[in-house]
Amino acid sequence: MYTQGLDQAGKEQREVAETADMLAAFQARIDAEEKIEAKDWMPEAYRRTLIRQISQHAHSEIIGMQPEGNWLTRAPSLKRKAILLAKVQDEAGHGLYLYSAAETLGVSRDQLVGDLLSGKAKYSSIFNYPTLSWADIGAVGWLVDGAAIMNQIPLCRCSYGPYARAMVRVCKEESFHQRQGFEIMLTLCRGTDEQKAMAQDALSRWWWPSLMMFGPNDSESKHSAQSMAWKIKRFTNDELRQKFVDVTVQQAEYLGISVPDKDLRFDESSGHHTFGEIDWQEFMDVIAGNGPCNKQRLEKRQAAHDDGAWVREAAQAYASKQAALAAA
Amino acid sequence: MSKQEWPLYEVFIRTKSGLSHRHAGSVHAADDQMALDNARDTYTRRREGVSLWVVRSDSIVASDPAETAAFFEPAEDKIYRHPTFYEIPDGVENL
Amino acid sequence: MTSDEALVAYTLRLADNALVLSQRMLETVAAEPELEEELAHANFALDFIGQARMLYTQAGELEGQGRSEDDLAFMRDENEFRNLLLLEQPNGHFGDALVRQFLFEAFYLHLLEALTRCTDEGLSAIAVRALKEVQYHFRHSSQWMIRLGDGTELSHARVQASLNNAWRYTGEMFVADEIDLAIQENHGGPDLASIQKLWRRDVEKTVAEATLTLPDDEWMASGGKQGQHSEHFGFLIAEMQYLQRSFPGATW
Repeated sequence: MYTQGLDQAGKEQREVAETADMLAAFQARIDAEEKIEAKDWMPEAYRRTLIRQISQHAHSEIIGMQPEGNWLTRAPSLKRKAILLAKVQDEAGHGLYLYSAAETLGVSRDQLVGDLLSGKAKYSSIFNYPTLSWADIGAVGWLVDGAAIMNQIPLCRCSYGPYARAMVRVCKEESFHQRQGFEIMLTLCRGTDEQKAMAQDALSRWWWPSLMMFGPNDSESKHSAQSMAWKIKRFTNDELRQKFVDVTVQQAEYLGISVPDKDLRFDESSGHHTFGEIDWQEFMDVIAGNGPCNKQRLEKRQAAHDDGAWVREAAQAYASKQAALAAA
Repeated sequence: MSKQEWPLYEVFIRTKSGLSHRHAGSVHAADDQMALDNARDTYTRRREGVSLWVVRSDSIVASDPAETAAFFEPAEDKIYRHPTFYEIPDGVENL
Repeated sequence: MTSDEALVAYTLRLADNALVLSQRMLETVAAEPELEEELAHANFALDFIGQARMLYTQAGELEGQGRSEDDLAFMRDENEFRNLLLLEQPNGHFGDALVRQFLFEAFYLHLLEALTRCTDEGLSAIAVRALKEVQYHFRHSSQWMIRLGDGTELSHARVQASLNNAWRYTGEMFVADEIDLAIQENHGGPDLASIQKLWRRDVEKTVAEATLTLPDDEWMASGGKQGQHSEHFGFLIAEMQYLQRSFPGATW
């Protein structure tokens, strides 16, 4: 992943007017499945779209550490504790890979983090829901990571090289995340009645928010068409959501717990499940900052950032002193 | 917000002896030793490597994509550098 | 106390140290000063959880009463835990947690190194593995001691105060009781007096490089190794054990 230093050249280029010829040549590269690399000329809108999407993705990983981290100290066995920590750590790693990919586009991590903390940048709505029982850790792995994988696998082929490469690494590492979640659910469903009730309660609370993770319906999605043309996105929100419902309903049946949707049925003719209407008002509220945990999540991130400032500054001061000594 | 963020380093990993180091990604760090440790803790969590290099990103000198044609295309017509350019009659072996 | 009973008790102490420290470390996940440090921190906590699991399993087998790693971690009461008081101390700020880590790892490193040569094969095998992990941890924590000590005025003052506050918990590491002596005599285990010399040497070296001052050896707290803990320890145990205690016999 290339660097901020190298991106100086990119900034000058961006001042060049985007002519129709340049845009057409760029689109031709995309259509030919060529990868765009950090220093290549790109339309300003392409660059901005990528920064928005990659940084949202990075922020989601970082904020996503909180709901799962909530159960680290209470995990019910040492094995589960270790697995959960490894998973939360992966999320930190994925946030890091993604911030790095965004940095190749000429923004600094400080700017990106600043936008998250000021509320200017968004992150996935799902992480504004609380993890209230141990079964929620299973449900998050099974449903939330399951939905995330649906979104992420096509991104490994995204037209922007640094993002695609980061996503290859992310997908490779995430392959255990969904499985461990399903295994937690399976263990609970095969356990005592109380444990099974815990699993059902978690599915009931996480099902709809998981479907919202795919974003608005295609007809409402303001960024979709252009992102598809640029091959930043490969499938539409509704296509991915449908795929998720089809595979997940079967898994819920295997677990013996029920999906909280009275309109859910299998449609023989299409071979797909039809499902009920998502509560889009709830989705809009959560996106706007009014979910159960929005305030808490950002406050915790802000506190960690503020509490760490003296440590980051000390490390810099020490490095400067050492550099001065070496130069003397 | 920190006054200035830690500099960026590029990370290169040798996955096993006998192979070259390959670019894996980047990390921020306040100093070189921290960069190496951060690279270890970030990019070798699954035993991905046996050797690591880190280098300050602003120390990398890179070619300019705007000059890609002038820079690389002159190599394209020197096909005599490739063994397939030469015709060897059937029956001649070990060449 | 038979030789085997001492070995079980000793192994449990090591396991409790690793588990209690990792439990404290889990409390600061997602709150580290920088993302890269988040990854390092999780790696270290994972190492300690891994060590605790190996040690509990080993202790359970030696004991021969069919207790699993989870039985030992989740079904023993607060006063049955024999970890050092230092490790159960609340995290405080980054400097407090760092000093706790640094002072313990300087000790643990030499303890493990000695245990690689003990005559109990199970314990020496675990020590070999853990030693590699802790060597890296200690380098990391030492470097951070130096960065904070020789960083800004603020960081210097903060980490000096952390060091002064934690110092009272270091004495306990080197007070050999009958269990320590039994391991030393019967299994070729560590001599805590020589470990203390090595510890002091390493701590002094880093503290000097960090431009910090070594606190005076005044009053030293003790009791953790005998099961007498700090008030806040009960909360740590209650939080950790709550699911196992609420649903006895359930599988997770």
